[in-house]
Amino acid sequence: MQVSMTVNRRAVTADVEPRMLLVHFLREELGLTGTHIGCETSYCGACTVLVDGRTTKSCTMLAVQADGAEILTVEGLAQDGQLHPVQEGFWERHGLQCGYCTPGMIMSAVGLLQENANPTEDEIRHGIEGNLCRCTGYHNIVRAIEYAAAKMRGEEPPPPEWEHEEVIA
Amino acid sequence: MSTTSVLGGVVRRKEDPALIRGTGLYTDDVKKAATVHVAFVRSPLAHARITRIDTEAARNAPGVLAVYTIDDVRHLGPLPAQVPVGKLRPLLADGVVNHVGEAVAMVVAETRAQAVDAADLVEVDYDPLPAVVDLKQAASDQIKVHEDLESNVILTWEAGPWGNEEGIAETKAKIAEAKGRGDTVTVSLEMRNQRLLPTAIEPRSVVAEWNPGYERFDVVSATQIPHALAGAIAKTFGLASNAVHVLAPEVGGGFGCKLNIYADEILVCFAARELGRPVKYTETRRESANNTIQGRGWIGTATLVGTQDGEILGYELEALCDMGAYSQNFTAAIPFLGVFVGSGQYRFPTYMKLDCVATHTQTTDAYRGAGRPEAIYYLERIIDAYARKIGKDPAEVRMKNFIPAEDFPGVVSPVGFAMDTGDYAKNLRALIESDAYRQLVAERDRLRSEGRLAGVGIATYVEVCGFGPSGLADLGFSWSAYGLPSSFNGSGLVRVNPDSSVTVIIGTGPSGQGHQTTWAQIVSDQLGIPIDRIRVIHGDTAESPMGIGTFGSRSAAVDGSATYLAAQKVRAKAARLAAHLLEAAEEDIEFGDGGAYVAGSPDKRVTWEEIATVAYQPHRLPEGVEGGLEAHAIFSPANATWPFGSHACLVEVDEETGDVRILRYLTVDDCGNVINPMIVAGQIHGGIAQGVGQAMFEEAVYDAEGNLLTPSLLDYILPTAVDLPSFELKRTVTPSDVNPLGVKGIGEAGTIGSAQTVVNAVVDALSPLGVEHVDMPLRPKRVWQAIQDAKGGN
Repeated sequence: MQVSMTVNRRAVTADVEPRMLLVHFLREELGLTGTHIGCETSYCGACTVLVDGRTTKSCTMLAVQADGAEILTVEGLAQDGQLHPVQEGFWERHGLQCGYCTPGMIMSAVGLLQENANPTEDEIRHGIEGNLCRCTGYHNIVRAIEYAAAKMRGEEPPPPEWEHEEVIA
Repeated sequence: MSTTSVLGGVVRRKEDPALIRGTGLYTDDVKKAATVHVAFVRSPLAHARITRIDTEAARNAPGVLAVYTIDDVRHLGPLPAQVPVGKLRPLLADGVVNHVGEAVAMVVAETRAQAVDAADLVEVDYDPLPAVVDLKQAASDQIKVHEDLESNVILTWEAGPWGNEEGIAETKAKIAEAKGRGDTVTVSLEMRNQRLLPTAIEPRSVVAEWNPGYERFDVVSATQIPHALAGAIAKTFGLASNAVHVLAPEVGGGFGCKLNIYADEILVCFAARELGRPVKYTETRRESANNTIQGRGWIGTATLVGTQDGEILGYELEALCDMGAYSQNFTAAIPFLGVFVGSGQYRFPTYMKLDCVATHTQTTDAYRGAGRPEAIYYLERIIDAYARKIGKDPAEVRMKNFIPAEDFPGVVSPVGFAMDTGDYAKNLRALIESDAYRQLVAERDRLRSEGRLAGVGIATYVEVCGFGPSGLADLGFSWSAYGLPSSFNGSGLVRVNPDSSVTVIIGTGPSGQGHQTTWAQIVSDQLGIPIDRIRVIHGDTAESPMGIGTFGSRSAAVDGSATYLAAQKVRAKAARLAAHLLEAAEEDIEFGDGGAYVAGSPDKRVTWEEIATVAYQPHRLPEGVEGGLEAHAIFSPANATWPFGSHACLVEVDEETGDVRILRYLTVDDCGNVINPMIVAGQIHGGIAQGVGQAMFEEAVYDAEGNLLTPSLLDYILPTAVDLPSFELKRTVTPSDVNPLGVKGIGEAGTIGSAQTVVNAVVDALSPLGVEHVDMPLRPKRVWQAIQDAKGGN
């Protein structure tokens, strides 16, 4: 079947098998391997992308269902060489370790901050509940999103915790 | 070290720009032209004789290139193991299947979908045999896991001290004597330390290609041990290890589950050579659950005897440790790591007997902490039960029984192991004397006064890591099983390139630990060359000298130290070149501000560019000085390292539902010197999350027939962001004296310290009802049941 969609601001048309998942379309047909597969049951969230602005687990959706849609993946976040504030936050606040859940986590955070520009810690935690991370214990992911939220509101992000780390002599 | 030290400072990670843009390359992202794909036919039964395998329909299915069974690969197996006790795993089931999910046949097809479709067409007839899953039943040998093994108990580790029969007899006598005294208190609990699925978010993946002209395998694999994999493949196919190039690219989490050689890694090589095509296998999440190694799985009884005022006179742990059906890389060695830390940071007589028991389940092996979380769990739970019984503060009881700081150096633990450095009382005091801890206790008391169930738990830990001393090879631990008779050395190569950029090549195989950043800090500190001019390469056996990989919190202490020593050699060589250029004495050369200068005359200086240029234009060198500016070092520490720490948390239990909430979580860790505090904190955070995961959510559940009931993330519950609080960390610093950096390792400490902290807190919360213990995981149903049982018993 022929599908046409916009992926990272570029028009794409392709012939796909009806059973092809959106995540496989992105990874295998378009070579956008930043979107990862972790569980095949829509639980881990590593495959999260934005479909028409809404966070979507791309392993739950067929490529043909995305016909006519606007897709944004992690590769499309940075523009003109400028990182998105969420990407910057993850780098500045050590919001990633192995990096495997990171693209999905970042896309969820982008979706969250579109809906809530000034989330509390609790709202951030609930906002990324559908994305599993096995490395960070989520602590620094929360800090990264707080950083990004402040940046996107035009405010100074809270200082990093290590500036007041306590070491007992 | 230079005065402008970048050691101990926060540096943003060099790894991150690719990973946050989605351009980091993981194994499944690798695309080789004409790649074919693998699907396995797997056993639905835990124990059965295979009476027939019919592959014909599958062979004739669309796109299928080959279907292999054990008859095709028997000559290549079984998989090697470092402790070759019990049964080694054949590459495919050989006449008998011994756990659900065991691979029986391998299908290779043009597409993954075709391979999966064809695998369904392979007919296998099974003659079911009785299966044994329960550990106690297995230990009784009523049902044998393997007919040709004498017992399901494939190995027993006994200690007190380890390897000293006379000492063990003496320890047992002392403990028996203490129990027999009329004025002592004995507490005993049988506790489960349940099986876990390591669950890296990246499933394992491997792609292999054989070039008949080069006579070389090129393999990309999501592995923590690239050199061992290269060795294993070379040994299997009768090649030199340099005829196998293994690359571990970005690895999406390991936690021990990628610290193994898997049959699929050998089989894709076999198929690639047979078919002349690149062959790829990426496991599904269900395959990951059933077929990647699992962790923990102990049931044990901890018994502790002490006086009424908190002096502990003896401790015993007898446990059955689940090995699964086959022994792989470290399987039966994992409980031995528990023996190392069995007496914790305490001085009382300790006796341990750990039976390694085979069952008809998937193999167990290293999962974050590997033997140490289990051992520390039993110890710290029973100390808590003892403190509760004698009505003493649990911190005070621990403090009273610690090995005192003044005993270092030279401490040998009651289980017989030399420990590097420690100051346990200072560390625990830093926790309990903090404002945060006082607030925890006050908040618990406030919640209780409102009639709510709240508890504070503390626990301390000591860890052994940073393996390790080369002498381990004499105990049988080396990579000889993989054809590489190397001990657990660290390895680092530092090269200043002609343009004075630096390439550092290390023998580790990280999966998120930030080695590129940390190692750049170590080298930058030595050479004064900025971190952004340093590139760190790892995980590539064609590039890097023999390396052991990343596991057991060893990389910084061992490979980091090797790299430090290599950087020192480069610095010495550079000083010689600078001295020549500046016509000064070598010992007067100092480094800083992008070059070298003569001490006391900072104007007499050369840049790194000038030094590098002369190194690569050897006609300009003085006679007798070799060209080039690089050095390699191997480091074998005098001992492993022994980090330690103290954890505390506040929990609230919903009496109606049994739901547990962690309200605050505090730690004071001591991992010696720290190279990058940001990375260290991140390791602690993630470690705590995995320990809390075990305490509250995670469990690999097998039914009596050996079916894994938790093969998806819907059944195997990982903590989410809403299940965890922000963590409040502090550190004490007791440098190690067994490596030049004074570091100890931090990858597993959070996991080793946390599960018992949570359970201690929940038991504290439920203690007003008379609850003495609840087994992990503390899911609402189990906690609710414990509350009901306690109420019913009142």
